[in-house]
Amino acid sequence: MTRNARDFWTGLLYIFFGSSAILIARDYGMGTAIKMGPAYFPTILGGLLLVIGVMSVIRSFIVAGIPIGAFGFKGLALVTISVVAFGFVVRGLGLVIALPLLIIVSAYGSTRFRWRPTLLMAAGLTIFCVLVFLKGLGIPLPIIGPWLGG
Amino acid sequence: MELLNHLALGLQTAATFANLFYCLIGVFLGTAIGVLPGLGPTATIAMLLPVTFVLPPVTALIMLAGIYYGSQYGGSTTSILVNLPGEAASVVTTLDGYQMAKQGRAGPALAASAIGSFFAGTVATFLIAAFGPPLAAAALKFGPAEFFSLMILGLVASVVLAQGSLLHAIGMVVLGLLLGLIGTDVNSGTQRFTFGIFELADGIGFVTVAMGMFGLGEIIRNLQNEEERSVMITNITGLWPTKEDFKRMVAPILRGTAIGSVLGILPGSGSILGSFAAYSIEKKVSKNRAQFGKGAIEGVAAPEAANNAGAQTSFIPLLTLGIPSNPVSALMVGAMIVHGIQPGPSVITEQPELFWGMIVSMWIGNLFLVILNYPLIGMWVRMIMIPYQFLYPGILVFCAIGVFSLKNTEFDIYFMALFGALGYLFSKLGCEPAPMLLAFILGPLMEEYLRRAMLLSRGNPWVFVQRPISATLLVLSVLAMLSVLLPAFSKTREEAFKE
Repeated sequence: MTRNARDFWTGLLYIFFGSSAILIARDYGMGTAIKMGPAYFPTILGGLLLVIGVMSVIRSFIVAGIPIGAFGFKGLALVTISVVAFGFVVRGLGLVIALPLLIIVSAYGSTRFRWRPTLLMAAGLTIFCVLVFLKGLGIPLPIIGPWLGG
Repeated sequence: MELLNHLALGLQTAATFANLFYCLIGVFLGTAIGVLPGLGPTATIAMLLPVTFVLPPVTALIMLAGIYYGSQYGGSTTSILVNLPGEAASVVTTLDGYQMAKQGRAGPALAASAIGSFFAGTVATFLIAAFGPPLAAAALKFGPAEFFSLMILGLVASVVLAQGSLLHAIGMVVLGLLLGLIGTDVNSGTQRFTFGIFELADGIGFVTVAMGMFGLGEIIRNLQNEEERSVMITNITGLWPTKEDFKRMVAPILRGTAIGSVLGILPGSGSILGSFAAYSIEKKVSKNRAQFGKGAIEGVAAPEAANNAGAQTSFIPLLTLGIPSNPVSALMVGAMIVHGIQPGPSVITEQPELFWGMIVSMWIGNLFLVILNYPLIGMWVRMIMIPYQFLYPGILVFCAIGVFSLKNTEFDIYFMALFGALGYLFSKLGCEPAPMLLAFILGPLMEEYLRRAMLLSRGNPWVFVQRPISATLLVLSVLAMLSVLLPAFSKTREEAFKE
């Protein structure tokens, strides 16, 4: 068994990224050292990353290390989902829906989440953003999107 | 006399109404965002970058520099008042600063930080003005091989200074270089690693990566260990230091400025090394060393002066060589490229008003900091007290809209979320994101210099060790790497990060 989870998983990630880089770069021209093709540098880097990854995995079986610790799935999921969801709906539904969605879903990640202040904050921030970013800075996002007939 | 002429030119550029105004706005916004707990200078600058893209280049860079100093000062404020350093460089400020705040002496601590920073900033400004041009002139002789080796040195330095496993930090650098290559290859026009996604043809924006890894990643991390923050603001009434305080501050500020200025020039270090070194040296030489860790004003003044001096002199390699030495200057390089300025030794000769204007505005920015902070300290304290559960959704909103506004595409929002998750994952695995961001920005440049060097040498890889300057830089890189493996150094490295 691995004695150092950090080394082990980091190594696996590096092996994954390194070998993907090499495999994908095979479709591009390698060129020569004098006239490097688009695959040359990425292949070197991919190889390097692969070697580092393998070293890390090997080390994980030899040298013991500190455990990774608990994983904050709730925060990770809610922050990622709320931001991605914002991107999905912002053009279609407009800021009036997208912003409160982002704020409420992400705020739910806090252990101190309460509905009333969160709703108030969502309303306030939405008005603020519409005024500053849309009216003030002219960012091309709809207030009410076409999916809502805006 | 030439120096004075140059500074006069800079003053002419910096002292226009618009530039002064945006410098002030930059300092203000930088401090305001920088005092928010959990937002270091990198995240602050990434968040505010899109705002500067609408401005003309000189004004934008002046404002950015202002944001940088503001965010650093904001970080010091939170270190002193809430024991939360915004970034590694202000970690040592918490040691004595927070103790002083606990004893009701937050005012003098903040003043020591402000005065120390201002003095250091003034000295460093003159240093940049004096050493910038000769360094740039020397760098004009650099060929692609030298630039390639210089970048290696910068990346090695960032690895050496990163927390955690050396092997993993090197891996982060290589990964960053690879991610930087995503997009259209300039030489062949080949789309690399784009997976057929049209939006990736120009590559992933550096703001997107920085906001994701430093902004979102940090939020996810904070959510996992939400803890009560106790703000030491019971009485900031006595803001002004006593005569005794002033006397005790002078020598530490002078020493801190000297140490910070020298260490700040080293590639890769920025201000981190300086503040640590200044604190430990002060701890050894001070008459009041018994008080250190219990609220000694020397322990605030010295690292804060060093911190700011280093922050400023780290602009020397940036402006003269075009090599960023830390994530913050990496963001500045990115911003310069967005504005069509190729950072490097030719900037001084081709755009003197930009170079000198920026230098003078650095000093003006520092002046604004001191002036701003006295009337506004109450406001900063109120901002620090915003509970985190109300703060981070707001940060997410600004990040999401900001990153969208770069190219008006939702794709950047998705990538920001992806890098946020990745940033959290890597931080869980003990891999620091800073070297990766640096490498990400240097990736395409490095490939270009490698190509040119190899073309000029007819494919002979020994060119990097045959040319003396390049060889020297590589030897330095190897020495830096080896130094980590020395037991004595790695012990101090661990201790420094623990403190």
